[in-house]
Amino acid sequence: MAARDQHGPQAPWGDAFQVVGKPHRKVDGMAKATGQAIYTDDIQLPGMLHAKLLRSPHAHANIVSIDTQKARAIPGVHAVITGADLPTRYGVIPWTMDETALAVDKVRFIGDPVAAVAAVDEDTANLALNAIEVEYELLHAYLDPREALERGEPTIHANKRGNNVSKQVDLAFGDVDEALESADLVVEGDYSFHGSTHGAIEPHCAVAQVDAQGLLTLWSSTQITHYVHRALAHVLDLPAHRIRVIQPSLGGAFGGKSDPFALEFVTAKMAQMTGRPVKMLWTREEVFYAHRGRHPMQMHYKTAADKDGKVRAVDAKILIDGGSYSSFGLVTTYYSGQLLTGPYAFPAYRFDSTRVFTNKPPCGPKRGHGSVQPRFAFEVQLDEVAEKLGIDPIEIRRRNYLGEHTQTVNGQRITSNGFLECLDKVERASAWKERHGKLPSGRGLGVAGSMYISGTNYPIYPNDMPQAGIQLKVDRSGLVMVFTGGNDIGQGSNSVVAYLVAEELGLELDAVRVIAADTDLCPVDLGAYSSRVTFMVGNAAIDAARKLRKLVVQALAEKWEVPEQRVRLVGGFAVDLEDPERHVPSREAFQLAEARFDTLGSTGSYNTPTLGGDYRGGTIGASPAYSFTAHIVEVEVDEETGRIRVPKVWCAHDCGRALNPMLVAGQIEGSVYMGIAEALLENHDMNRFGLHAGPSLLDYRMPTTIDTPEIEALIVESVDPEGPYGAKEAGEGPLHSAIPALSNAIFDACGIRLRHLPFTPAKVLAALREKRAREAADASVSTSTSSTPAV
Amino acid sequence: MRVIRFVLNGDPVETAAPAHWTLLELLRYGLKLTGSKQGCDKGDCGACTVLVGGKPILACLSLAARAEGQEITTIEGLMPLHKSRGGSGADPVQEAFDACGALQCGFCQPGMMLSTRALLNQHPQPSREQIQAALSGNLCRCTGYTQILQAVETAIAQSTGAPAPQPAWARDRELQGQEPQS
Ligand code: FES
Ligand code: FES
Repeated sequence: MAARDQHGPQAPWGDAFQVVGKPHRKVDGMAKATGQAIYTDDIQLPGMLHAKLLRSPHAHANIVSIDTQKARAIPGVHAVITGADLPTRYGVIPWTMDETALAVDKVRFIGDPVAAVAAVDEDTANLALNAIEVEYELLHAYLDPREALERGEPTIHANKRGNNVSKQVDLAFGDVDEALESADLVVEGDYSFHGSTHGAIEPHCAVAQVDAQGLLTLWSSTQITHYVHRALAHVLDLPAHRIRVIQPSLGGAFGGKSDPFALEFVTAKMAQMTGRPVKMLWTREEVFYAHRGRHPMQMHYKTAADKDGKVRAVDAKILIDGGSYSSFGLVTTYYSGQLLTGPYAFPAYRFDSTRVFTNKPPCGPKRGHGSVQPRFAFEVQLDEVAEKLGIDPIEIRRRNYLGEHTQTVNGQRITSNGFLECLDKVERASAWKERHGKLPSGRGLGVAGSMYISGTNYPIYPNDMPQAGIQLKVDRSGLVMVFTGGNDIGQGSNSVVAYLVAEELGLELDAVRVIAADTDLCPVDLGAYSSRVTFMVGNAAIDAARKLRKLVVQALAEKWEVPEQRVRLVGGFAVDLEDPERHVPSREAFQLAEARFDTLGSTGSYNTPTLGGDYRGGTIGASPAYSFTAHIVEVEVDEETGRIRVPKVWCAHDCGRALNPMLVAGQIEGSVYMGIAEALLENHDMNRFGLHAGPSLLDYRMPTTIDTPEIEALIVESVDPEGPYGAKEAGEGPLHSAIPALSNAIFDACGIRLRHLPFTPAKVLAALREKRAREAADASVSTSTSSTPAV
Repeated sequence: MRVIRFVLNGDPVETAAPAHWTLLELLRYGLKLTGSKQGCDKGDCGACTVLVGGKPILACLSLAARAEGQEITTIEGLMPLHKSRGGSGADPVQEAFDACGALQCGFCQPGMMLSTRALLNQHPQPSREQIQAALSGNLCRCTGYTQILQAVETAIAQSTGAPAPQPAWARDRELQGQEPQS
């Protein structure tokens, strides 16, 4: 595999950056501020039909028959389709394709799409949905993952093993049993993480159009254009070159728009059938059914440590509730174990993770995919180790620091690592030393740490091509157009590539424009997931710009008859460094190069170096660089009502070089908010029939301006040797440790350990009652046995 | 169908819409002003906020007929209205949101900025609590609200000539001698 040049952490000219590192505005900020940015549902094409889905009212049932006659007869209805019209299975992971656009033979959760209607308007489409008659034969519905693990019949998906296991991974490194045996202390406990969902404010939407030659164009609110492109070709049995997929402006994603979804296939199919453009916009309720949110996990952890606080071994057993389809579940199952092996070094580690199917909306990747839940369990357990050993919680994390330019126990390569600085920063900013353990009862501080990937070298479908590609086109006006397959989902990736290209070519930002996520125009990128975009697309952008710069510099050096080192591109000019009077605007420099060489442009790409442990699954979670985070959360617990208030959170995040510190801070703040939200308020829960307990933004309880804590984002720049100018990820890592830090703060406030999310007032009160009962029992034991210490 | 006459972003409009259409449907699909967003269509998110007579309302919960005889401002109107009053560029609220990084995906922001505009028209110098209360009906999933509050306070500071408040990350970098420059 051809690993591309690594660009290193330097500015292109080896000294101060011109563009990078400054809080520039985003390239699309004003378009969004003025309402001019076009999102998918803003697209309205002449003659466009509106499509709607009929969804299953049963959690698990066979489809006996579907009668669409009456629906078809309604005036204004142009097409009605069922699973028989789109029977090809798909799924984002090639080995686990178990979804169809519309249910074939059976439904697997309340909300599973069964049939679709396209009509002149939404009202007519809704009328037609009501006229479709479906007969179901009910099956036993699995709502409890433990039952799904233990009971094989009926199976939710037929498989050779005759069980409901979606994926099982167990891996061991080092001698765990020996360490558990010989360590000074072993802490053991059960932890659980409930489900949570993305809650992007833009609901999913797709618009499909087929032209007279049969060329299909699909606009979709996807965060991975490339996979939608591949999946459409596969399901519609259409050559991929007859399909164009475009991601318009996207109203938030957080992982929830990573899978190909029913609406993309259905609108495309119906556009083919009717010869008219077709739009489908999901209601907020439907977005809750589409889900792919955080997997609920039941986790059992053991941590062995010596008296000095050094962790000797970690042993984990995890049951993962996958919901009804595979989605990214294979990766989730690996991530639940593979991503725990930093920021601390431990010599022995074992995990055994099992993902089971249940009859609930499918889980998938949500910000911090697969690793937020184990991180919660482990960081709370580590806090307990510190407590038992009488070591300060920050100090124990320092003592176990993994180090930089090293390897984790499971064979992942670590390059830069700014974790210690993260700890220092939050310790100082929160006045930890003066306040931890010393605040009045009911108030407390808690700390936690974490790490996350900047993309991985696992390209979802095996291939040797680059993971990210960039194309640059130069106009004689001095404009450089950047074409990238990367998906800007609000995180600002289009802006980041513009900054990098402007830096390399010495351009003002307004001379760089970005076209992204259009499969006809842009080279392939694998999309916005696993926090890969800044790292991978950024490196590809530098690669492309550097090739272009070489041509421009050479043309000028020849013209000026000076060595190339004397020619520098900066601030919209090409300058002779030794005779700065001699300079031309970039526009003229480009024209010279075009005259000297050819029509001017370049391509660039990025591929990961060979990474990962030498064992099955060893590349899953292997990243070219890891980000590191430390959180301190301040909490106030009302011991009468059990209510928790979080007045402030400090989060220090090592993002390598901050290409734009303002955007990095925005990612940190958004992550902290989302972590605290799922810890305290949000719950993606089903009732006993498998019906979503509250599929609305009101019932799901997303925090408002009033509920959100004050967040202090602190940036640590470890400057990675392989990141674009040293940058690493910032979009997902800073969510992880917010949640355990909150649990640990609650312990500091009132001496209770909350091991089960979400932290509702009822759980707080129950834990306080239990604590008082324990204290009363201890008191009576110690009075009755006087001098004998309680064991 | 019913005929509705109102003033939209300063211009008289005479249009017709089915009686059951919401104001949001009329604006987005009837009049093609797609800047107002639909996040929930049931009054929970605030993305559809528009100003009626200067007051923020949820266009997804109002029938189109509610517009009759009213003066309505949508996000598309903010910059032209500012310019028509002699301002340059976009409304200071829009400028501040952009300058402070408050626009991530941007989907909540038309509603957020209109709520802000309505607040500042009524109280040019609101407190932090007043800002939080005024924006509490507008959900944002991207920002954690921090840069939004920063943007609102920046817009307020600019109107009085006071220095813009400094975000935590910038203070911290200044301490390290990495003063950011725009
Ligand atoms: S769309 Fe009107 S409040 Fe959500
Ligand atoms: S910026 Fe994305 S929802 Fe607010």
